[in-house]
Amino acid sequence: MIDTLRLSAEEAARLLREKEVSGAELYAAYRDAIDERDPELHCYLHVCEDDGGEGIPIAVKDVIGTKGIPTTAGSKILEHYVPIYDATVIERCKAHGLRVLGKTNTDEFAMGSSTENSAYGPSRNPWDPTRVPGGSGGGSAAAVAAGLAPWALGSDTGGSIKQPAALCGNVGLRPTYGTVSRYGVVAFASSLDQVGPVARNVRDCAYLYSILAGRDPADTTTVDLPHAVQIPERTDLKGVRVGVPSEFTDHPAIEPGVRDLVHRTIELCRELGAEVGECSLPHSLEYGVPCYYLIAPAEASSNLARYDGVRYGYRSPHADDRYEMYTRTRDEGFGDEPKRRIMVGTYALSAGYYDAYYGQAQKVRTVLIREHAEAFERFDLLLTPTSPTVAFELGAKSADPLAMYLNDLLTIPSCMAGLPGLNVPCGLSEGLPVGVQLIGPQFSENALFAAGYALEQAIGFDPVPTRLAA
Amino acid sequence: MENKREMAIDREQLKHVAHLARLELSDDELERLGAQLNDIISAVSKVSELDLSDIPPTSHPLDVVNVWGEDEPRPCLPVDEALANAPERDGNYFKVPPGGS
Repeated sequence: MIDTLRLSAEEAARLLREKEVSGAELYAAYRDAIDERDPELHCYLHVCEDDGGEGIPIAVKDVIGTKGIPTTAGSKILEHYVPIYDATVIERCKAHGLRVLGKTNTDEFAMGSSTENSAYGPSRNPWDPTRVPGGSGGGSAAAVAAGLAPWALGSDTGGSIKQPAALCGNVGLRPTYGTVSRYGVVAFASSLDQVGPVARNVRDCAYLYSILAGRDPADTTTVDLPHAVQIPERTDLKGVRVGVPSEFTDHPAIEPGVRDLVHRTIELCRELGAEVGECSLPHSLEYGVPCYYLIAPAEASSNLARYDGVRYGYRSPHADDRYEMYTRTRDEGFGDEPKRRIMVGTYALSAGYYDAYYGQAQKVRTVLIREHAEAFERFDLLLTPTSPTVAFELGAKSADPLAMYLNDLLTIPSCMAGLPGLNVPCGLSEGLPVGVQLIGPQFSENALFAAGYALEQAIGFDPVPTRLAA
Repeated sequence: MENKREMAIDREQLKHVAHLARLELSDDELERLGAQLNDIISAVSKVSELDLSDIPPTSHPLDVVNVWGEDEPRPCLPVDEALANAPERDGNYFKVPPGGS
């Protein structure tokens, strides 16, 4: 009997290697778990059939193109789209024997923080199904937490890997910009989008990152890693300089339960031998969100221009000429959030406004990069809460786009700076997971994994949702 | 720098932006999204508080420029695959309605 709720990918690999279970048995165990729990949680938009391989299954966020498997990006405009090629990250997974288990739910075009913007209905948090799993990659995070996949691929533009990982109690890495190929991935905001791993623990996360990362000639924004990925083993933090940006730990938006656990984790860093000190990122919280919500919509408005009803995706049947085909296809195919962002982005890029909005936001971005670089002169990594709150109830913020945008308050600044960030669960507040994010300089993933692993061992967080543990 | 009041979008501007973005928004949508867009624009206008005249813009967070690839011929997509997801095709072409622009 395979207990998918507790099985790590590393342990699954051992079971397969030592022939204690077959590939078919392992795949079937996840399919059974999906049949049992996904009707309630709605993590998956599409579940695949066993291809007869012997490798570990993986869930894939539905913004990542999979040959012959529907890829909707959570949008009606791609409802019947079936890619004719695999994204590079899928090729890399397949080259390591991994098998696609299914496609996971996401806010439409990865725009959101709760999966409530999915055209196919929201996913639910395995710790409490009345609450959201976070977003946009809520389907991947909830699937891993509920034992419906050993690990998963996510994508992150302003927090879409880290924030759901925090709300569902798993480990998620937003990699350094440029280390993982976006070829074949549905584009949202190209100067920010990154694909990354979602896992049950830090070692699995590091292993999956080692599969994904590396230069891809098909994505010219990618670079080779300066050093190989190391699977972490050390259980102390001796000599590690950990910076705590006070604006992030004491911001009024942060719930007391979250703040307490984060402060306890900071104390734990000291006990593990880290040199902990305070630092400041004065503009990051005040200007990070406004800057992001100019740059991301501007780039989205350009990227989403391709959905025109001509080559693939939905086409409105109610059009007498080409102009109507464009405008009605896009009106009927896009949901509210992509429409809002297309409108904001088009406005911000339009004649007379470019300098005041997009141009100014790009300069703010430089300011954020510089203030992070300054912090890294004194510290090896920064530690902050990942999300200001635990998982919130479905519907609580869906009528107010600005309230929803503030969920990403703490994850956005380092994304804008192109920096890697790792969410590590640090405990439960009112029965719901809380995570800290470890942020490092570009290409510091190994340091994040090492610190994350040491903290994970010391914290001893049980990633199995309490209500499913019995 | 313009102030927030001047930056707010009125209905005519909204229609113009929707035209630029090729979105046909119904009156109801113009009403609902218009109010939200004004809130959003007013919130993001916060970036204009900072004097950044000496700061260079960042368009890309990595320090890479002019990435070249070898100009080598390789097989391209077969026509049937390229057209596999087309809403409508005519022989080897994507078919679209006539007229309009």
